[in-house]
Amino acid sequence: MSDVLANDLITPDAGVSPLLSQSDVSILKAAPIARLSFRAREAALANAGTAFGVPLPTQPLSSEIGAKRAALWMGPDEWTLLAPEEDLETLFETIETALGDQPHALVDISERSEAIIVSGEKAVWLLNTGIFVDFSIEEFPVGTVSRTIFHKSPVMIWRTGADTFVVEAWVSFMDYVSGLLVQSAQELTAA
Amino acid sequence: MSQPFRTEKGGRIDRSEQFTFTFDGEEMQGHKGDTLASALLANGIHLVGRSFKYHRPRGIVTAGSEEPNALVGIYRNGDQTPNLRATQVELYQGLEAISQNRFPSLGFDVGAVNDRLSMFFPAGFYYKTFMWPKSFWDKVYEPVIRAAAGLGKPPKNPDHDSYGNLYAHCDVLVAGSGPAGLSAALAAAESGAKVILCDEQSEFGGSLLTEANASIDGMAPSDWVAETIARLGAMDNVTLLPRTTAFGYFAHNYIALAERVTEHLASPDPKLPRERLWQVRAKEVVIASGAIERPMVFPENDRPGILLAEAGRTYLNRYGVKVGHKVVVATACDTAWQAAFDLDDHGVEIAAIIEMREVPPESLVAIAKARGIRVEAGCVITGTLGRKRIKSALLGRLMTSGQVASGGQVECDALLMSGGWTPTVSLYSQSRGKVVWDADSGAYVPGKSVQKERSVGGAKGLYGLQATLEDGYAAGEEAAKAAIGTSKKVTYAAASGGEAGEGGTLGALPHDRNASKVKAFVDYQNDVTAKDVKLAVREGMQSIEHIKRYTTTGMATDQGRLSNMNALQIASGALERPVTDVGLTTFRLPYTPTTFGLFAGVARGDFFDPVRKTPSHDWVVDNGGVFEDVGQWKRTWYFPKSGEDMHAAVARECKTVRESVGLFDASTLGKIEVVGPDAAEFLERMYTNPWKKLAPGRCRYGLLLNDAGFITDDGVIGRLADDRFHVTTTTGGAPSVFATMEDYLQTEWPDLDVWITSTTEQYAVAAVQGPKAREVIAPFIEGIDLSNEAFPHMSVKEATFCGVPCRLFRISFTGELGFEINVPRRHGKMMWETLAKEIEKHDGTSYGTETMHVLRAEKGYIIVGQDTDGTVTPQDAGMTWAIGKKKHDFVGKRGLERPDLVSENRKQFVGLLTKDPKVKLEEGAQITTAENPATGTPAEGHVTSSYFSPALDRTIALAVVKNGHALDGKTLYVPMPDRSISVEVTGPVFYDKEGARINV
Amino acid sequence: MLLVYCPYCGVSRPETEFSCRGEAHIARPADPAQTSDEDWVNFLYMRSNTKGVYVERWRHIHGCGRFFNAVRNTVSDDFLKFYKAGEPMPDLEELAKEAGK
Repeated sequence: MSDVLANDLITPDAGVSPLLSQSDVSILKAAPIARLSFRAREAALANAGTAFGVPLPTQPLSSEIGAKRAALWMGPDEWTLLAPEEDLETLFETIETALGDQPHALVDISERSEAIIVSGEKAVWLLNTGIFVDFSIEEFPVGTVSRTIFHKSPVMIWRTGADTFVVEAWVSFMDYVSGLLVQSAQELTAA
Repeated sequence: MSQPFRTEKGGRIDRSEQFTFTFDGEEMQGHKGDTLASALLANGIHLVGRSFKYHRPRGIVTAGSEEPNALVGIYRNGDQTPNLRATQVELYQGLEAISQNRFPSLGFDVGAVNDRLSMFFPAGFYYKTFMWPKSFWDKVYEPVIRAAAGLGKPPKNPDHDSYGNLYAHCDVLVAGSGPAGLSAALAAAESGAKVILCDEQSEFGGSLLTEANASIDGMAPSDWVAETIARLGAMDNVTLLPRTTAFGYFAHNYIALAERVTEHLASPDPKLPRERLWQVRAKEVVIASGAIERPMVFPENDRPGILLAEAGRTYLNRYGVKVGHKVVVATACDTAWQAAFDLDDHGVEIAAIIEMREVPPESLVAIAKARGIRVEAGCVITGTLGRKRIKSALLGRLMTSGQVASGGQVECDALLMSGGWTPTVSLYSQSRGKVVWDADSGAYVPGKSVQKERSVGGAKGLYGLQATLEDGYAAGEEAAKAAIGTSKKVTYAAASGGEAGEGGTLGALPHDRNASKVKAFVDYQNDVTAKDVKLAVREGMQSIEHIKRYTTTGMATDQGRLSNMNALQIASGALERPVTDVGLTTFRLPYTPTTFGLFAGVARGDFFDPVRKTPSHDWVVDNGGVFEDVGQWKRTWYFPKSGEDMHAAVARECKTVRESVGLFDASTLGKIEVVGPDAAEFLERMYTNPWKKLAPGRCRYGLLLNDAGFITDDGVIGRLADDRFHVTTTTGGAPSVFATMEDYLQTEWPDLDVWITSTTEQYAVAAVQGPKAREVIAPFIEGIDLSNEAFPHMSVKEATFCGVPCRLFRISFTGELGFEINVPRRHGKMMWETLAKEIEKHDGTSYGTETMHVLRAEKGYIIVGQDTDGTVTPQDAGMTWAIGKKKHDFVGKRGLERPDLVSENRKQFVGLLTKDPKVKLEEGAQITTAENPATGTPAEGHVTSSYFSPALDRTIALAVVKNGHALDGKTLYVPMPDRSISVEVTGPVFYDKEGARINV
Repeated sequence: MLLVYCPYCGVSRPETEFSCRGEAHIARPADPAQTSDEDWVNFLYMRSNTKGVYVERWRHIHGCGRFFNAVRNTVSDDFLKFYKAGEPMPDLEELAKEAGK
């Protein structure tokens, strides 16, 4: 299901050639997407979920996915809502209207970050060259989403498949993140 | 065929594969599987270096990472790595090694004169000899000492290797793969735990690779190792890391490992890192670091050809190398006898076994007798002869009186010694555990576990093959149980042979020589003798920590693993206190020397730190802009036209902005969207200014204090809707302002219905400033009447720029008519290029941060962090206008009323004009009332900003000066090394004091 | 590198993912205007700086962003308890006794 999501909502940017293409791991730049930061107390979650089309997960570090939608748990009162970029304005309006006077904050952060898709049997190894999180499937099952640190850059990691991860960073950090990942992967091709 | 000391058969080397290598240029042969040390010994080379202080000839002493003498330089790819231990350097075809600390050559070293002059180099000589004159320190003493002492030479070129990093998690980490480590790993892995097994050596097995006279489950120990490793290797839950040293044990079971990836290869693939840092978080740790043999401290115990007995056995059994043809074995314990017997098996003549104990075990004596080996019990070595290699050993017979009687001389070409065994407690000690004295074994052993670890086998002073294996199994099961809740009882292997043995000695041995003339070394690498330790005690050192620093004993690369126990015993004797009262120095990381490259990892070159760029970056590069680093950001500093220097470029940019228009990239400014029904209330509480009455569509300058009352940040805040604000912060302050807001929101006012979101990178921001700013942006903005009346200074509105949604601010940091356009980041490049083209039509310019600084200084606008330093209040800065007088509370309000913040004599923000308009003050320069103040006169303040102002055609400066607001028109001085500069105090606004230009 | 447990995320992560913000349970006086100079200075600057069991504020700054509190033994670096912001301070003596056994 989550692998479908990666092909559905998160798609490789067609205009960009792969950043890394090795037999055991690849890195693809993801196409632009609409990202909304949603903040609210518990009372507003049900309405927000209905308006968004996918319930907002309350389980820490988890995600909920639906047709062309994904809601990522970022914190106990914070979610990142993902949707195709053409849906941005209507989605914003729909949620604002649905919530009415219920206290909340909805902010467009579509442009704040960029995403890359790291996949392959060596994806975990590659991420662990710079991230101290235990990515074993028991500790970090498919669907898990977490902000953390990659070397010196804050990142967000979302596991969409056993060997597939969406890695997001603020745009100005992405050269650093993807550059180091590509560099660190080089030894995998050594004789 | 050279290699005269190679055995005919045996050892783990691959005799079919021969390598040629050089040592100090001389070509020699060795085999695959050799270390540099074993290959040198096979060629009869013992002399490998000169000692640190006395330049005495030194030979290989050990076969492990504790090696004190055999430090060599290895050439590779045109550069040299110094101070590698030859005992750890694996041989490869073409290896080039050099000896160190000798001139002109290893055989003839002029520095050896130090040995004759040794009365001038006693313990603590650094502190005594080179005291005065003071000026001699950096000119004479230090360069001479540095040239004469020291070890290898540092490499000259930047490190051309790369270094990898890997974070890992496991249930059980096993450090060390001798019998205890292997059985522990096996038991833990069979129990289902995720196991990492590491060993500093190239092969797993530890002491089992040396053990020739034992069997495990009916197999030779090395075969059992191979079988066990094969079993472990086939399990998915096991990671095997040879050539990997566990060098640091940190809090919460965080262990650092150094894996040597390519150093053993003749021509490694350049894609591979030289080394890899493993940062492991282990639920449980098994420390199986074993024990090492102690040298015996007798006169001239440092002559090349003198090795530890177990090292002699390792060279023989593992590497197929005889340390000599005629060997004396000197010992105080049983285990060294086996070395004599093993050598005897390979046809090496054993000149004598010199046993310190009066009555050694009968069983051993019987074996020696049967082999025809001469045994001298109750004897010690009292000296050795030979220049660059031992030729003979002097014998002394221990008398009941405690005296030593001469026992003659024994010829030999090598001497093996054993003072007993010392558990390697380094990792345990690093884990913050406290070692305890075990009187039975005469050793410090691990005490209570402080972290989730357990020491096994030799590391805790437990010896004997069967006992060690069983200890390992039990520890592996226990660790698995603790980590994953279950364990499986594995079948324990049964061993025979490899008995523990008895005996051992500590400290300096008695002798019949002239004590003032002979040197018996305790710490080989630092040239510390038994005499030095005693001298330190005589000179008042009581604690081992002081003795260590005074004599430098135990400060070698092995951190005293070889020397500590002997030094302790000597100190204990001299102090006439039990050894347990002398204390023990703490083992610290790294366990063995670790390269800087490993620690730096990928943080070098382009990836030293993230380099953050704005969307205008490429355009700026193409148009010759010069960047400056502002934190991690690259910001454009200035845009020189051809032939312009910085001064000329900035002067032109300033003039152009004031006369027509300029374009500036403000994308790096922090942006925070504050949203929710309580948004205005929240800002009311955070900032000094009032916000509740600010109408949507309007902006206000916001000043942020901390609760102490000091200025911490500022920025313009625009109200987009009743419940939505667009807050800007300084570039450098963005993360801390956000964190401070979260702090108050979450912990002081959790009841407020408001949330903050960083939008710094959501928008690209272009500032268009200057009289023609409106004309420049007008063609591209839709949805706003830009006239002064409809969209006055301090307005904000959402509109479109070239059809792209934007937030347009009418604000100014230059004192001119100004706009800041925020567009979604991906359109930033388009916006910049559009505006850059447009300003050309108006004779405008792009400008950078330097011009921005000059323009704002002309207007007296502060820059937080430059004109303020965390001790400046709004009153000090002359900004009381920014404080909402009717507000009951805001962050910092109460702080501002503290007595010290309202007292006289505070430093206040002013302008300074030099009497000579061409003289530019230095930022940071001190300000005084006297033209030439006496030394020690406190300054009245300092210069915070200083520029040449093109608008005024003269220099200007901003400063903080004691009671500055009352000094308008007064003359002060800025004393510099060559002269004193007189300045006049003015207000901080130099240009357009009425502010008319902003409202057009 | 310390291992810190976030009570909001329910996971332990290395300390670099967090930011330690000093002693916990130091509340900003409810009415600063009515607070004496001395009390205000105590609020600003005075901390117990205990050698031993100490309560600290931590923020999961590179995770969920939440502030929470942790009881840490400043000598051994052992954490004795983690709890959410707003929850009462635990009995430190009791915790120390439990940890000591």
